[in-house]
Amino acid sequence: MDGQAKSSPRVGLSILSVSLRISLLFMLICGIIYPLASTGAAQLLFPYQANGSLLKDSNGELTGSELIGQSFSDPSFFQGRVSSIEYNAAASGSNNFAPSNPALIERTKASVEEWKANNPDVPVDQVPIALLTNSGSGLDPHITPQSAAVQIPRISKLTGLPAAELTVLVKEQTEGRDLGLFGDERVNVLKLNLALSAKLVK
Amino acid sequence: MDVLQMLVVIAVLLLLVKPLGTYVYHVFSNEPNRLDKIFGGTERFIFRLIGLNRREGMSWKGYALTFIATNIVLVAFSYLILRLQHALPFNPNGMGSMEPTLTFNTVISFMTNTNLQHYSGESALSYFSQMAVIMMMMFTSAATGFSVAIAFVRGITSKGETIGNFFEDFVKAHTRIFLPASFIITLVLVALQVPQTLDPTLTVKTLEGAMQKIAVGPVASLESIKHLGTNGGGFFGVNSAHPFENPSPLTNVIEILCMWALPAALPYTFGLFAKNKKQGWVIFSAMICLFLVFLSVAYTSEKAGSPAMEALGIDASQGSMEGKEVRFGIAQSALFTTVTAAATTGTVNNMHDTLTPLGGLVPLAEMMLNVIFGGKGVGLVNMLMYTVLAVFICGLMVGRTPEFLGRKIEPREMKLIAVAILAHPFIILVPTAIAFMTDLGHGAITNPGFHGISQVLYEYTSSAANNGSGFEGLGDNTPFWNMSTGLVMLFGRYISMIAMLAVAGSLVRKQPVPETIGTFRTDNALFTGLLIGTVLLIGALTFLPVIVLGPVAEYLTLR
Repeated sequence: MDGQAKSSPRVGLSILSVSLRISLLFMLICGIIYPLASTGAAQLLFPYQANGSLLKDSNGELTGSELIGQSFSDPSFFQGRVSSIEYNAAASGSNNFAPSNPALIERTKASVEEWKANNPDVPVDQVPIALLTNSGSGLDPHITPQSAAVQIPRISKLTGLPAAELTVLVKEQTEGRDLGLFGDERVNVLKLNLALSAKLVK
Repeated sequence: MDVLQMLVVIAVLLLLVKPLGTYVYHVFSNEPNRLDKIFGGTERFIFRLIGLNRREGMSWKGYALTFIATNIVLVAFSYLILRLQHALPFNPNGMGSMEPTLTFNTVISFMTNTNLQHYSGESALSYFSQMAVIMMMMFTSAATGFSVAIAFVRGITSKGETIGNFFEDFVKAHTRIFLPASFIITLVLVALQVPQTLDPTLTVKTLEGAMQKIAVGPVASLESIKHLGTNGGGFFGVNSAHPFENPSPLTNVIEILCMWALPAALPYTFGLFAKNKKQGWVIFSAMICLFLVFLSVAYTSEKAGSPAMEALGIDASQGSMEGKEVRFGIAQSALFTTVTAAATTGTVNNMHDTLTPLGGLVPLAEMMLNVIFGGKGVGLVNMLMYTVLAVFICGLMVGRTPEFLGRKIEPREMKLIAVAILAHPFIILVPTAIAFMTDLGHGAITNPGFHGISQVLYEYTSSAANNGSGFEGLGDNTPFWNMSTGLVMLFGRYISMIAMLAVAGSLVRKQPVPETIGTFRTDNALFTGLLIGTVLLIGALTFLPVIVLGPVAEYLTLR
């Protein structure tokens, strides 16, 4: 009764042949032509963005991507968030610790102790949670403006730059919400440190 | 500001529903319209190439047969490509062949629009595999789901013997929706800094003088179809939390709207097919009401954060930031999470494993209900299934033969719907129980205590709902997990699709019954309430016990 489409063997065969041809055709269109055409158009129209938004230092050498965080172990630089993969951008990832996982509390406690040792002038209750937690990607290029502000006393002491000058620097590097509305205010750590090191060279 | 930015995104969505729903209707109504001038030529050329000479309507069996045949062919080719990727072109980073059970899992995952990933793209796939398998399946699986949903809608809104031609629907979904939209969104994303290149992984010298490797690739072209097709599989392991996949709050909003707009517009399309726009709005209202409840829970729970972190004496006022990105903050993360689970996309911009207990319950519960917008077409079909169920229950209560859209609902339809509704909890709860009984299963748990239960439960729920997100701490790249979740994804996709096509095939042939004063109305606010009640009732009856064991217990014990 629900007949016509599969009544005869010939129709069955034609379904198979059309299925095969439609699959091959769309593998070609969606899997080869579409991404290659996209790549061509992107490279032509937006070469900087299409190649990973790469930054150059004062000598013109590639020093990273403005979108990818870097590990800063020198305490005279501003530091980014915790990264369980040490900002290795050949991969991405995080600990995936649940809030109830004791390992999360242990790791954060260690970060708190480290903070106390390196920043005796700033009490822990002023340190924002974002600075002491692992981002989702492990590559977060940003910190919150407050996370930058609490590092100023340490950096001022180590570099000799006055705190007021550093505050201005952080303010200059603070990006607002997108379209004044979306997301949160943030500071790009790599750009901030590039600006900081340019000041130190001068 | 947090609440405002979420409301603005929702407002933009509401504005998109009507124009987009109308557009989709014109694509699939098969009546001549202005779009034919633009796309008709290309489509006729494609029909000739694939040898589709007569595009006659198919019975539901014919439709099911053709979509399954096409899916099987695509799966076979993709399996071969992944296994042989080391010998194929566009492999600048020298990726090796993929392991067999992982390959099985991956091809099923992408063909079923799930995009569960037991691999990390940057370390397991060549660029050729990313393009010819991953991107290709993101298009074809979305087009398949869309076509089946439209066929179902035709079945319950028209009279005749046939429900459309699968090949024609499949081609049109590509030419008129997914390909042009993806190309435009790709360029928008590249302009906003998402990379699109075939160069190998970069090496740079960092400010401190160390060497940093940075994986790049054709990211933007995957990113656009990943969301438009509600696929959700990331180019990189951490998906849209990766700064290259989702560089800014603005791209975040674009990605949210891309995955949300088409599923949200489909109820309106359905209303146009049914020649009763109010009926479409009833379905939409039920979805958005449930959505708003879930969003509120996710946002307040993440904003409140975890008492355990607060106890450390740090400034925890921002909320739970573990596993989240600074550029998104709490609002854009909570919104993304609620949308990705609603639209069963499965893309994530924060790590769901790290969500607070009630925050993590939100995506879990949304996938269990599986009706709030839903992936390409599937959500609408599921919601219509619950609609018929609600009509049936109300009919029983007042002692009348239940009717929907002027058709009598009879035992044959109710049996099929019962199969589809019960299959979902069955393929979640049974594998979860099995996983706990074996070392192979619970050995993968990485977060101790009640959260470990949630990890396993989430993995199977996500597979069954064809969502694809995960509590990613779970060590799931083992043959046990690859095979078991692979099978759950298969059943989750095809059992309900085939059952629903059968319902459509049965309804399309029924003699319409005239509407009388005694007809139970399904297009008013009362019915919206009944529909929400039915969804919550069935959901609570099947899933409440296991939710109490996982997220609720974790919430109550977290100090």
